[in-house]
Amino acid sequence: MGWMGDTVDSIKSIQIRQLLSQGVSLGMIVTSALIIWKALMCFTGSESPVVVVLSGSMEPGFKRGDILFLHMSNDPIRTGEIVVFNVDGREIPIVHRVIKVHERQETGDVEVLTKGDNNYGDDRLLYAQGQLWLQRHHIMGRAVGFLPYVGWVTIIMTEKPIIKYILIGALGLLVITSKD
Amino acid sequence: MHSFWLRANAVLTFSVIILAFTCAMASVSDCFNSPSPSAQIQITNINWFQKQRNGNEEVSLAMNITADLQSLFTWNTKQVFVFVAAEYKTPKNAVNQVSLWDAIIPAKEQSKFRVQTVNKYRFIDQGSNLRGKDLNLTLHWHVMPKAGMMFADKLVIPGYRLPKEYR
Repeated sequence: MGWMGDTVDSIKSIQIRQLLSQGVSLGMIVTSALIIWKALMCFTGSESPVVVVLSGSMEPGFKRGDILFLHMSNDPIRTGEIVVFNVDGREIPIVHRVIKVHERQETGDVEVLTKGDNNYGDDRLLYAQGQLWLQRHHIMGRAVGFLPYVGWVTIIMTEKPIIKYILIGALGLLVITSKD
Repeated sequence: MHSFWLRANAVLTFSVIILAFTCAMASVSDCFNSPSPSAQIQITNINWFQKQRNGNEEVSLAMNITADLQSLFTWNTKQVFVFVAAEYKTPKNAVNQVSLWDAIIPAKEQSKFRVQTVNKYRFIDQGSNLRGKDLNLTLHWHVMPKAGMMFADKLVIPGYRLPKEYR
């Protein structure tokens, strides 16, 4: 019963004002991260300005765990560009190189075929059933820059979500118990 | 100001900033490189030229590709991706670009090369517009760095023509 009383006392001794101000600082950090992310989306014109490479289909250029910076412009899509695209029905975007382009005369609509550098065949196997070409609306951006290894953090957190919970739990605990 | 965690935090932040700065500098150093690559492509033989059942024409050709891409490599270059594309216009399509062959060059020593090859990817038109068609064969290169911005460029070699008859 003694320690129960002590615990209740220590909880009461956490001042409400201090707790609230810590809550506000945490909220500010999360909000500024969100602001930076949205600003990047605006600046690069792409829905996801940074992606992590998940497969080895573009090796040795891009290895699993690298991150790619994307940029989308209205410039026409041409062969050789490394594009990130979504296939209907698949949630994970794919990063591959364009190998064939056919652009219509009047409408400017374009049909594109892609292939991973390290794959033997082109991506028709990855497209939706019966789909032979990608159109512009499938493409989310062009890869313009890259950083090696930085994406491993995201991969680990996605594939072993327990680590994500541990990290957030530890962070939360640190914020609550620190006196600053 | 002297706890272990505060010190560890300061060291970690500092090292991340330095690492980011180094990557940015590495990328900037690539801007000072002014490359001057050269290449020649010859079509040595049209192996066959047929119209498929669905109405699309297909060509198979053999090429000799000679290139010197040594000036593209810097200390920040991881590899150079090189490919040859056939570019042509048809009444239906303003732009057609079909990649015929590609290769990955991992090091400067292998960037001066001569290759004799058949087209690695099928050259299929959307329709049957290829008889007697003039085309450009373009050598593209894409320089992929160890960290930073990638850049790509190309060399257009015009003046090729496909035969007027199927064979």
